[in-house]
Amino acid sequence: MEKINVDAPHSMGTTIIGVTYNGGVVLGADSRTSTGVYVANRASDKITKLTDNVYICRSGSAADSQVLSDYVRYFLHQHTIQLDQPATVKVAANLARLLSYNNKDMLQTGLIVGGWSKHEGGKIFGIPLGGTIIEQPFAIGGSGSSYLYGFFDQAWKEGMTKEEAEALVVKAVSLAIARDGASGGVVRTVTIDKDGPERKFYPGDKLQLWHEEMEPQNSLLDIWSGATAASPEPMRE
Amino acid sequence: MSSIGTGYDLSVTTFSPDGRVFQIEYAAKALDNSGTVVGIKCKDGIVMGVEKLIQSKMMLPGSNRRIHSVHRHSGMAVAGLAADGRQIVARAKSEATNYESTYGEPIPVKELAERVASYVHLCTLYWWLRPFGCGVILGGYDRDGPQLYMVEPSGISYRYFGAAIGKGKQAAKTEIEKLNLSEMTCREGVIEVAKIIYKVHDEAKDKAFELELSWICEESKKEHQKSKALSAIMVNFVCSLVNSERWWYGVCTMDDGKDPEVIVVPSDLLEAAKTAATTALEEMDAD
Repeated sequence: MEKINVDAPHSMGTTIIGVTYNGGVVLGADSRTSTGVYVANRASDKITKLTDNVYICRSGSAADSQVLSDYVRYFLHQHTIQLDQPATVKVAANLARLLSYNNKDMLQTGLIVGGWSKHEGGKIFGIPLGGTIIEQPFAIGGSGSSYLYGFFDQAWKEGMTKEEAEALVVKAVSLAIARDGASGGVVRTVTIDKDGPERKFYPGDKLQLWHEEMEPQNSLLDIWSGATAASPEPMRE
Repeated sequence: MSSIGTGYDLSVTTFSPDGRVFQIEYAAKALDNSGTVVGIKCKDGIVMGVEKLIQSKMMLPGSNRRIHSVHRHSGMAVAGLAADGRQIVARAKSEATNYESTYGEPIPVKELAERVASYVHLCTLYWWLRPFGCGVILGGYDRDGPQLYMVEPSGISYRYFGAAIGKGKQAAKTEIEKLNLSEMTCREGVIEVAKIIYKVHDEAKDKAFELELSWICEESKKEHQKSKALSAIMVNFVCSLVNSERWWYGVCTMDDGKDPEVIVVPSDLLEAAKTAATTALEEMDAD
């Protein structure tokens, strides 16, 4: 039995998604932070606020993405004061990619910046590992995203409603969690439109079950504690 | 009019007993010797014009520009010491490109004006630097629409509907106040600015001058466009046709995306325009 290294750098295996809809954006993510095979945090919040109207989804190294977000928040705050107006999503994304690109030899983060501003409407920018910036109608990232490319090719359409977009994001994260070992836990979403951000939470055990996924079985813990009413017969010799 | 500093005016780091910094005030005087610069904010954009006094007939028409583009969406007209003006323009260009590299969007005009003003002010804080002997009218078009700012040698910067610096600034300001800027389009504004520059030009003191114009408006696709041929040809046009009568002939030919050109107008249209302008001048004189 090999030793688990609990001091390994925390990485967010992750599935992160950002989707534009008619009037705003929906950002979604799983909640698993792992150190090697150990799940360090099974309920982490990977969608971080930069300003009231711009949020960022973080993947890759947890530390790197947190520090980068802190820097961007700091610069954006100053920029907002100077401008006397809410910042645009484009500016937020640009600041993030400059940090990502200029420190590419030290950082390992994949980001999705999304938000709403008066001048642009809803916008999503993907910033993968090397520090590219690309504006997209929807973006996916993290290790779980590998399993979603085909899904989005089929399921994505232009001009969805808010409800459709949210349902799409939750379904996608849930599918990725089912297949990607480094993604799991709960599904968190943030919907941003002209009225501001709105957070939603979807517990992991309430998600729809996919192909070959089983109903949760009674765990031995439940049986021994007498929590379940109909406990199965203990095994006999 | 000028009060002598008597000892308090030797350095820009000295205040006088009544709280003035004389060196800065003297720097502002440098503007009063320069040709008039006018800027107006119309309904849909900005128009700027410069009365460029020509020192020598040997100078190539169109050289020694006084209006510069700072960025695609903004331009600057300079009055005062030309060399000082070049420094300020260079700094403004640098600030604009820097901002765009960092933030990914063109610099807002308000921000640009603040940075230029800070820079000009910086040079009034140290004894080993002298203040800039030039003022700048900065016009730009950003997300919040067209804006016009003026920066003085002291580093003060305000936002204006209409501004003028230089020799004829008092007369020019009076003329600008007569205009109904909120209803005027830039096409009309170009004509008005040209009229004003010609009007405030002092024939007796300064002989030859070139008119430089520029605009940023919807028609120019919110990009700063300068007149090239308009300046030299316009003056020649006027002189050759008008026998030193002081009127103008505004040929608004700034086409989309191209440098403005002067179109030689058919003679019947020319006559009609001449009559109209002369009538207008007579009405002005009759006031």
